Amino acid sequence: MNKKQKKMLARIITAAAFLVALGFAPVSGWPRFLLYMVPYLVIGYDILIKALKGIKNRQMFDESFLMAVATVGAIALALYDNSGDYTEAVAVMLFYQIGELFQSYAVGKSRRNISELMDIRPDYANVERGGTLEKVDPDEVEVGTVIIVQPGEKVPIDGIVAEGRSTLNTAALTGESLPREVGEGDEIVSGCINMSGLLKIRTTREFGESTVSKILDLVENASSRKSKSEDFISKFARVYTPAVCFAALALAFLPPLVRVFGMGIDADWETWIYRALTFLVISCPCALVISIPLSFFAGIGGASNAGVLVKGSNYLETLSQTRIVVFDKTGTLTQGVFEVNGIHHCEMENEKLVEYAALAESASSHPISKSLQRAYGKEIDRSRVSDIQEISGGGVIARVDGHTVAAGNDKLMDRIGVGFIPCRSVGTIIHMAIDGGYAGHIVISDVVKPTSAEAIRKLKAAGVRKTVMLTGDSRKVADKVAAELGIDEVYSELLPADKVAKVEELISGKHERDKLAFVGDGINDAPVLRRADIGIAMGAMGSDAAIEAADVVLMDDDPLKIAKAIRISRKCLGIVYQNIVFAIGVKLICLALGALGIANMWLAIFADVGVMIIAVLNAIRALFVKKL
Amino acid sequence: MMKKSYKIDVDCANCANKMEDAARKTDGVKDCTVNFMLLKMNVEFEDGQDPKAVMQRVRANCKKVEDDCEVYI
Repeated sequence: MNKKQKKMLARIITAAAFLVALGFAPVSGWPRFLLYMVPYLVIGYDILIKALKGIKNRQMFDESFLMAVATVGAIALALYDNSGDYTEAVAVMLFYQIGELFQSYAVGKSRRNISELMDIRPDYANVERGGTLEKVDPDEVEVGTVIIVQPGEKVPIDGIVAEGRSTLNTAALTGESLPREVGEGDEIVSGCINMSGLLKIRTTREFGESTVSKILDLVENASSRKSKSEDFISKFARVYTPAVCFAALALAFLPPLVRVFGMGIDADWETWIYRALTFLVISCPCALVISIPLSFFAGIGGASNAGVLVKGSNYLETLSQTRIVVFDKTGTLTQGVFEVNGIHHCEMENEKLVEYAALAESASSHPISKSLQRAYGKEIDRSRVSDIQEISGGGVIARVDGHTVAAGNDKLMDRIGVGFIPCRSVGTIIHMAIDGGYAGHIVISDVVKPTSAEAIRKLKAAGVRKTVMLTGDSRKVADKVAAELGIDEVYSELLPADKVAKVEELISGKHERDKLAFVGDGINDAPVLRRADIGIAMGAMGSDAAIEAADVVLMDDDPLKIAKAIRISRKCLGIVYQNIVFAIGVKLICLALGALGIANMWLAIFADVGVMIIAVLNAIRALFVKKL
Repeated sequence: MMKKSYKIDVDCANCANKMEDAARKTDGVKDCTVNFMLLKMNVEFEDGQDPKAVMQRVRANCKKVEDDCEVYI
């Protein structure tokens, strides 16, 4: 608690104790009034002052003003009645202040909680100067400086490992607890925690441009983009308070006048004025106004802790209405790297064939030859290879260990006159011919991510009606991947511009209420990310283009996170709707009961403070998303 | 187009909304959002306006609707 809150707590306790003690004091008349004024002024003096200032500034619908009118009115009625019942007025003020205190405490607490969750801001960077380590402000480190990160420290700035090897904990960035290995030459992202060895890192960016600054900036500004629910509530609050005040005014005057002039009975002014004052107590919109932004704030905070960055409350809202999810294939559902997936009709040992292929292709940097070299897995001895000829659009012919090895496609085989066996598998086929004889073929294809199929199932379970895959790849490959994953619709052989057109077509074909999300890896698909109702970029650690273009950024490339993001948004929006319905509902019921004279001020203050406390506690639930 | 962010201090969410309204209606302010959770005010100024002078007016207008608030300029 801060100083202001402690002072308020002291005032609340003093006033409450005084009020209870007065309950037993056998005084009446003016002394009684004066004694009750002590706790009333202790608890409410600041409200009364604010109310006076509000009158000066013509703020008639200010909360303090309304509270002051309600309580002063109640005291005046008690004086007029001579009932001596001042407890009610003091209690209303007391509970109002308790509510305010609780609200300020809860909001402060959740502010701190959420900033702790996002505690990835590095405080310093270690720079070696004159043989000693010096701690400097990360802002002052220039690009290209070598910084040192000791075990247990955060990586402050993006860079490349210049020396050392270690494991990194990326949990704060990705929500993923599996550690990552890095060694010399690897790119390293700020915000990770160095767990084991000493690392020397050559920075490639300034601190302000580094991943960690970008993320913090994004999360901190997220709740400034307001959602429709928030707009609705602030509009509602703007109308609600004046409406209730005018209703109170009408309630104070109309029924008594009707009674006197219409029905010819006693006006009963006290009863109606009391009911009108009850209205004023219920007129404060605070429960509503605080709980909605707090829910979104907590939801966005919880999501970023799980590695899902949502760029605004509005996007969280749209995400929760997602019914169609469109995927890019390569890099999103598949790894985006090529792997040897099969070896067919091979006359020799499979390993031997891969070895020949890797050696023959050793001079090329094409992804296919890279994947062959990876599959071979050993150092390549270039001295075993000679006479390499690249056949453009076909493959290579080279001498390996004295044998003539040809590795390439159908065209190459036709060209050198070797009969080959066509392959039914999907992917890139590399036929091999050794010394003029067919030696079998190697199938290389992009590999589906291990969690992709489960991710599609979970999306369906989370209420997504249709899944669509777009790809520039061949139809055969696309259909196979889609069938394997259980995707509803596939559009293949698309150029980047076709993808935008396809998404537009899907958007125009769906219901306005149903939202369409596009998931891509941020490479070449920025226009589609922008065009979709909601653009989700995945595996975005360090990719500026993706962070820029997308509305939701998944920090790692696990497709399971998409379903998780949707569930987080559903939970948050569920809480938002609960709070709206609950707060407005209770207030309306209390207004109705108050008008009929069933609800007194005690119930009215519950409608105000109690509802606010419950709504705030409910809002904080949005923070807990680990188990979703 | 110039945008700036200012730290604010205010106790209740509804007051923050009122400040947003008041700031929006101030001369020289094109748009404004107040973020109660972060206690931040993002102001977009109209072209050719001096942010310092505008913010003085914003602060005065906010004080009118909510006496207990502060805008740190």
